[in-house]
Amino acid sequence: MFSRYARRKFTDVLVRSACVAAAVLALIPLVSVLYYVTSRGIGGISLAFFSELPKPVGESGGGMANALVGTCKLVFLACLFGIPPGVLAGMYLAEFGHTRFGKWVRFSADVMSGVPSITVGIFVYSLVVLQTKHFSAFAGGVALSVLMLPTVTRTTEELLKLVPESLREAALGLGVPKWRATLSVMLRTAAPGIATGVMLAVARVAGETAPLLFTAFSNPFWSSGLNEPTASLPVNIYNYAVSPYEEWHRQAWAAALVLLLLVLLLNVSARLLVRQRVGAP
Amino acid sequence: MSVSQEVSPLIRPRSKILTRFGHELNWGDFVFRRVTASLAMLMLAALAAMAAAMVYGSAESLSKFGLGFVTAQVWDPVRDVYGALPFIYGTIASSLLALCFAVPISIGVAIFLSELAPAWLRGPVGFLVELLAAVPSVVYGLWGIFVLAPWLRNSVEPLLARTLGFLPFFQGQQRGFGMLAGGIILAIMITPTISSVSREVLRAVPSSLREGALGLGATSWEAVRVAVLPYARSGLVGAIILGLGRALGETMAITMVIGNRSEISASLFAPSYTMASVIANEFSEATGSLYLSALAEVGLLLFVVTVLLNVVARLLVWRVGRLPEGGSL
Repeated sequence: MFSRYARRKFTDVLVRSACVAAAVLALIPLVSVLYYVTSRGIGGISLAFFSELPKPVGESGGGMANALVGTCKLVFLACLFGIPPGVLAGMYLAEFGHTRFGKWVRFSADVMSGVPSITVGIFVYSLVVLQTKHFSAFAGGVALSVLMLPTVTRTTEELLKLVPESLREAALGLGVPKWRATLSVMLRTAAPGIATGVMLAVARVAGETAPLLFTAFSNPFWSSGLNEPTASLPVNIYNYAVSPYEEWHRQAWAAALVLLLLVLLLNVSARLLVRQRVGAP
Repeated sequence: MSVSQEVSPLIRPRSKILTRFGHELNWGDFVFRRVTASLAMLMLAALAAMAAAMVYGSAESLSKFGLGFVTAQVWDPVRDVYGALPFIYGTIASSLLALCFAVPISIGVAIFLSELAPAWLRGPVGFLVELLAAVPSVVYGLWGIFVLAPWLRNSVEPLLARTLGFLPFFQGQQRGFGMLAGGIILAIMITPTISSVSREVLRAVPSSLREGALGLGATSWEAVRVAVLPYARSGLVGAIILGLGRALGETMAITMVIGNRSEISASLFAPSYTMASVIANEFSEATGSLYLSALAEVGLLLFVVTVLLNVVARLLVWRVGRLPEGGSL
């Protein structure tokens, strides 16, 4: 009797410690990545990194100013093409989405968020690059916005559904038309949460590489406008990391540090935003 | 107290058209609904267009190679002969290997976060696990090239070869870059997916089940095993399939560490090649329409498989509870 109890207790402790071990084990790579990116990247960070163009192979120095600007351009385009349609589609799902059509839209959004980003690259290649006959920042922005769209839509829907129905009823009771109630009351109430979701989506696409390989491509020089191949931080990290040059590896680590800081900053501030406005989640 | 008879200034009826329910039609509502509906339609259209673009792009290869494409082993752009078997093998093997590492760890993390951890620890640990998902794929790849692969080559692979070298999985040259590195890096990347979906699934289990088991004198683990896990099983399977879908489509990190050689080998030390990697490496340099078309067909295969897996996984997860916010993965 006692031994059986002891055995059960022992199993319990064993499984509990296994779960703790799993949590620790899962976090080891995060710590390692953060450590190496910081320690190896910090040496490559200098004023030149942010202000100069890449130097040709063999020359030391140079920077990634064009890739920084390129990434900003691409993310801006992605937001431009991805956020407004996503938010509007999310509003549709929250307001009128109980129909069969709504179900299909919801389902396809979920499926689309699982589509590999590289296939989105192929899709945008045939949609934009083949038509315009050249790689461009525009194509890269479209590819990233396709990746953002489902996330933004579903986040907007979920957060609008969290807004208490009584707010809408109060607005409608005052004689406000439905669309005004949705836009000025529901959307405004849900806005901080939606902003969080959008920032997380932006953080995700800012680090995407695969869909840019054959849409935005890369460019060792400044690209003017949106119709030229454009350098971006993630693609540069890839190209530099797989190259055989020591100097380029150093630059890749520095670029990784900058990208990681950007992405983590977006992530952390997105979460703080939500905590501040509506209390701890 | 008198009730105001005035109509709110926000209502300005502009039309006298009646809807089929006899209400007066509000143009604002009408436009709002049509506009948002057309953008919702965009989602369906985008998915359909994606499928259409893939099929269209791979038409030449589909008609030339037919079903033989997935069983042929030779991928030779010079002779214009294309077979995808080595890539299919590499994709499936690396993903399954990743699941072997990631599933126990992720389910452990999920149980820890939803059942065992003290309340003050759940938030921070959950946040850190989600940060794991926030690190860009290419950064993992960089870390894989310069940290993970050398470590595998110098420490892990020699050890495995010494102790388990009689198995075919642990033989051959120890390069660091290969199937093992690919599996590990994929495992790191899908752990947050599986654990966060599993955690939501476990949370959706009614607490009365848990309390009932605990009330009958079960230990915490017994309550999880007899009450929580059976209820959550289909959802957990769904979470694992979502992780699998993610692993199959993952591109950059695995391209950077798997070695990129189209060989089929039982050894985990040997280099391999995945479907996503071959597209990433060769698509922008592919010359010749058949070459491009064959790469597009690889993409089509990947697309079809991941879409199917996602559909199955979501149906399974929906059976237990709802996906985490936004359902984005």
